[in-house]
Amino acid sequence: MDNYIKDRKVDSDGWMPFTGLEDGSSLPTGDIYVPVEEWLNAREALLTRNGRLGVALRNTDDPAIIKDDLDRLDLVVLEFPKMADGRAFTQARLLRERYGFKGEIRATGDVLYDQLFYMQRCGVNGFELRDDQNASHSLKAFDEMTVTYQPASDEELPLWRRQK
Amino acid sequence: MYQYSEQDHQLLLERVSQFRGQVDRRLKGELSEEEFKHQRLRNGLYLQLHAYMLRVAIPYGLLSSEQMRTLAHIARKYDKGYGHFSTRQNIQYNWPKLEDVPDILDDLAKVEMHAIQTSGNCIRNTTSDPLAGVARDEIEDPRPYCELIRQWSTFHPEFNFLPRKFKIAVSGATHDRAAVAVHDIGLRLVKSDSSEETGFEVYVGGGLGRTPMLGKVIRAFLPKQDMLTYLEAILRVYNMLGRRDNIYKARIKILVHETGEEKFRELVEAEWEKIKAGGLFLRDEDFNWVKGFFNDPAYEAIPDNDVDFENLMLNNAEFARWVDKNIELHKQSGYRIVYLSLKTAHQPPGDVTADQMDAIADLADKYSLGHIRTTHRQNLVLSDVQLKDLPALWEELKALDLATPNYNHVTDIISCPGLDYCALATARSIPISQAITARFDDYDFINDLGDVSINISGCINACGHHHVANIGILGVNKKGTEVYQLTLGGSAREDAAIGKIIGPAFEADEIVDAVGKVLAVYLESREEPEETFLMTYRRLGQAPFKERLYG
Ligand code: HEM
Ligand code: SF4
Repeated sequence: MDNYIKDRKVDSDGWMPFTGLEDGSSLPTGDIYVPVEEWLNAREALLTRNGRLGVALRNTDDPAIIKDDLDRLDLVVLEFPKMADGRAFTQARLLRERYGFKGEIRATGDVLYDQLFYMQRCGVNGFELRDDQNASHSLKAFDEMTVTYQPASDEELPLWRRQK
Repeated sequence: MYQYSEQDHQLLLERVSQFRGQVDRRLKGELSEEEFKHQRLRNGLYLQLHAYMLRVAIPYGLLSSEQMRTLAHIARKYDKGYGHFSTRQNIQYNWPKLEDVPDILDDLAKVEMHAIQTSGNCIRNTTSDPLAGVARDEIEDPRPYCELIRQWSTFHPEFNFLPRKFKIAVSGATHDRAAVAVHDIGLRLVKSDSSEETGFEVYVGGGLGRTPMLGKVIRAFLPKQDMLTYLEAILRVYNMLGRRDNIYKARIKILVHETGEEKFRELVEAEWEKIKAGGLFLRDEDFNWVKGFFNDPAYEAIPDNDVDFENLMLNNAEFARWVDKNIELHKQSGYRIVYLSLKTAHQPPGDVTADQMDAIADLADKYSLGHIRTTHRQNLVLSDVQLKDLPALWEELKALDLATPNYNHVTDIISCPGLDYCALATARSIPISQAITARFDDYDFINDLGDVSINISGCINACGHHHVANIGILGVNKKGTEVYQLTLGGSAREDAAIGKIIGPAFEADEIVDAVGKVLAVYLESREEPEETFLMTYRRLGQAPFKERLYG
């Protein structure tokens, strides 16, 4: 079973990472995601395929580099290489709030119980949990906190404007 | 004072049970110490030399008497009967047990207190002027703005895993009592040129540690409506671009420095343009709502004189000294601001016993409308005392050993815990501060010296703010012995400056003499008694001090 949560449910992951474009290997069928530079280099070839497409950003990338492509993508994969490295929180919010991405935003890497709540608030809805995490136990993490003060991808207004 | 809504309460309760769960998972071994570390640090829990240390937030330094009694209760029940007030309006407990911490947080939550984001690489407790709302030099009360920042920054989902810790301070007066220039962001309330609008002068990139820097003015005037959108823009730029490859280069000061002030400003302004009309834009309704919590208390209309007070001033020199040193004028006629000195030769600077805390809470109820404030220089303030009550208050403070007449004077020393508690320390700092206090503990000498600050840190992390003291002392370890570097000329006020190291370090048994020599040079060289230590130093430079110390 995949250690994977999608839209607050334990799910199985139908997406395949693919990085072979440079060796000229033929494109696989099915749902694949590719590193952002392969997307930028081989956009046309990738779009001739059947099957859905996703792009993986490094956490140093400005999501603006794919903003005009988002309506052709169904998945953007973000990386949390270490728990302490929170750059992808900003990337997720920009994708959702500024660029209006409607597909899956997926967190990969050190995806741990105690961050799920924050990731969700920033617009992440797919979670590839680290191997040692338990997906069904982790569902609780989304509801540990119910009060939020500030706007984010899930709330347009701060608490003080919501009450009145 | 801000009153919690049902939702504010709910949030604290949820946070406590979440943390209880984390402690539980740690004790069962489901969370590694490394992963638990990120969680406990976001809740103010450090692992120290001998035990855990818990840092509890006192948002912008304001405490009710009820809250103070809870702090006393915690000191008594879960610690060794005392607490330590820090330079950033927190209180630290040095001896809690891990398994007790959730219960401590429960007790705190009952009085609307917590340890949220008091450590870790997130936005820390926002600090402010301890005289907010009562100072004569105030442009506007900074506390409503601090409260908005508190809410905005609490569990901010985007900024909870920043490159490094992030500290914000807000000052609302012409004199800076909040050290805004040494914060990651400092906000100084100002009036616009037309003088009709209030806004902020925005400093970014101040900080101490191993690379001390003063904040740069990124914006000379930010309309108050834009405060939170602008903060969000700064934090976003920092979260994406701040360095994560080297912990010593991760603070925003390094990003501002390496990017260049001009370019950094452009990045922030470009991001801000995109979000300035968003949900964080502050409307008149929002200000009216939050300002409603900080209205003036019901001051009595009383004259600014009192016969008994004036008689005692004439007849009791000790009382007059205390008034001269520890009392400040209040914006309201007939009221005074009283500093409670936590600096005696018998206690580490900033330490208060549980019994003292309870007594201070009682005094606040009796004489000062039930509130207490904490200051950057690790003292406490009763902000609303009537002139006629000063004699009685003085007697009670004396009995509690809280009436040392030394506020902003040479024995009002800031010191970090140093090697006595801290796992990172390279030298002791508390014993040095006590030795200095013992040496100069003479009223006439203290009075003659006037306004001068001494700050001590036990290692290069600079928790004791030695860089911004007129006389700074840094303990370092040199080939197995503790030695002390002397830094002169710093200031944390509106004339903020980073001090300069004067020369080779001194041994522990030489450092007090060295301070004595520095003070002697000042006393001999000042042109008039009104010339402060800092003014003299700025006029003469290092040379005469160097000459006396090493010549
Ligand atoms: C005993 C446990 C403590 C530990 C382990 C500790 C650790 C640290 C470290 C590592 C830094 C440097 C961070 C950096 O530059 O990025 C720092 C800075 C600081 N600490 Fe502490 N500290 C402790 C206690 C205190 C106390 C008791 C105070 C207040 C009296 C304090 C106030 C500060 C302040 C204000 C700074 C900021 C200086 C700056 O802007 O760089 N700390 N601390
Ligand atoms: S300055 Fe150093 S010794 Fe002092 S508290 Fe901070 S880390 Fe510890």
